[in-house]
Amino acid sequence: MRALTYHGTHDVRVDTVPDPQIVNPRDAVIEVTATAICGSDLHLYDGVIPGVMQGDILGHEFMGRVVETGPDSTLKKDQRVVVPFTISCGKCFHCMKQQYSACDNSNPAEKQDLTEPLYGEALSGLFGYSHLTGGYPGGQAEYVRVPYSDVGPIVIPDGPSDEEVLFLSDILPTGWMAAENCDIEEGDTVAVWGCGPVGLFAIQSALLMGAHQVIAIDHYPNRLDLARKLGAKVIDYRRTHVLEALREMTGGIGPDAVIDAVGMESHGFYPDNVMDTVKQKVGIGADRGHVLREAIMAVRKGGRVSMPGVYGGFLDKFPTGAFMEKGLQWRTGQTHVQKYSEELLKRIQEGEIDTTFLISHRLSLEEAPTGYENFHSNQDDWTKVVLTPGA
Amino acid sequence: MEHDYRVNVGTKGRDAALMLGAGLLTVGAVAYWQQTRTPPRLPGVPDSAPGRTSRQSRYGDYAVSGRSVTINRPIDEVYAFWRDFSNLAGFMSHVEKVETEGDMTTWTIAAPGNQSVTVRSRIVSDRENEEIAWRSVEESDIDTEGKVMFREAPGGRGTEVEAVIAYVPPAGRFGQMIAKLFQREPRVQGRHELKRLKMLMETGEITTSQNRKTD
Repeated sequence: MRALTYHGTHDVRVDTVPDPQIVNPRDAVIEVTATAICGSDLHLYDGVIPGVMQGDILGHEFMGRVVETGPDSTLKKDQRVVVPFTISCGKCFHCMKQQYSACDNSNPAEKQDLTEPLYGEALSGLFGYSHLTGGYPGGQAEYVRVPYSDVGPIVIPDGPSDEEVLFLSDILPTGWMAAENCDIEEGDTVAVWGCGPVGLFAIQSALLMGAHQVIAIDHYPNRLDLARKLGAKVIDYRRTHVLEALREMTGGIGPDAVIDAVGMESHGFYPDNVMDTVKQKVGIGADRGHVLREAIMAVRKGGRVSMPGVYGGFLDKFPTGAFMEKGLQWRTGQTHVQKYSEELLKRIQEGEIDTTFLISHRLSLEEAPTGYENFHSNQDDWTKVVLTPGA
Repeated sequence: MEHDYRVNVGTKGRDAALMLGAGLLTVGAVAYWQQTRTPPRLPGVPDSAPGRTSRQSRYGDYAVSGRSVTINRPIDEVYAFWRDFSNLAGFMSHVEKVETEGDMTTWTIAAPGNQSVTVRSRIVSDRENEEIAWRSVEESDIDTEGKVMFREAPGGRGTEVEAVIAYVPPAGRFGQMIAKLFQREPRVQGRHELKRLKMLMETGEITTSQNRKTD
């Protein structure tokens, strides 16, 4: 089959690789009909996530048609499914508590050694996202082996198009969980840093959950425009003092909740960010955390910090003083996708949520490297790339 | 051939070097003494942590390691699965073969360098849903003893399985280091194997990211 593979920093190629097979009883094999490039794939592309090996198949947002099932899979041939990017066994302590992205069993035992010393606990398995999370071949391919296929995939009934439901795989539930982690109350202001796909879906979700106002912060005009169209107020951090503006836009109180939808590769020419960038480049595991620091400074006393943005290492100059003295709460984590699938599918079917506004480019799988290059370097115009294998 | 060291190092410099050398030796000796002597009675109360988490890692000739895992299955099921030793080769990747005869068990275990070792052990304690302990017999390749304990986990979380193994490393500390390089060290092995046991008992399969059966 054809698949998008990693060859080094800023070097991804479409190669011919062996087709996947059923390996374990609960597996299914999916023929991919649509797959997307995620903002977090750019962290892999930039080489800032360790444990990515040459030849690894990337991609964790995908859907398709079931072509083969193992004896214990509950899926049936020809069903149309969206596959969550988190792999979850459905039987362990965490899965039973619906903390699907904390699954104990979905990362192979020998791969767990990579993250246990790094994070104190081994991570669970994710599709196409380095060997830290299992080294699973990803979804930017013609076929994917889906382990624990009786727990993950959401069967899509006739009706919605692939594009309408594809983002149930990651970014829609991620934006939704980011807003849920804000515990939104009546009259709340939610500030969102980063108007990429997750930030935009977090804005949409926060408004649906009853936020009084959502303020979006970015510097790309087109992305700010998308945020505005969703109903957010916007701040261009290149022309406005963010902290001052947020205070003035909230009656001097500050936002009740803040969302860092940027993660470890903050942009912007700030002293802390320049230092973080240098440290990240020399490879000492430093995250770039300007946004997180600013969000913690901006949020009101007793406020909530929600962090869907991806971090991988360590962060210097973390404002522990502001965090403790203001009595903040912090919630984060990879998304417990399976927990939200059903509700979000229903909201899509009822027309309450539309996710297709995000898609800026539609390419064939063969054109995926171009998609990466542009999504990386032309973020204003390239908001979301959907790839179609076999096209 | 004769060297006049004073050509390179003056008296002062030589004295300093000797002092430094002596200092390093002393530090080394103290460190060695601290590692090998019996643990001191430290002031304060003994803590509640299991012995294997002590900063001391050797007990006489024995290296001790152990690991706990909570398995979301009832205790009788977990105990029964372990008690049937023929099940163990299914999740212990380095165990090639397990043969049982009465209370004697013969384990064929893969060792570094494509070798295999045979461990012959006898069950020394077997309490249903509590504990299974074994000790190697004389003709065993490795001098080892171990036990696995089963406890009901709090809050309906299933069963806590705690495995402890003591063994005389085949070629002393050096052998242990080499084994570690090959990931055949019992500590690493034990961790992987308990995780695989948990996968098998909770999910019915052993997780793999291999894309094909014959990878």
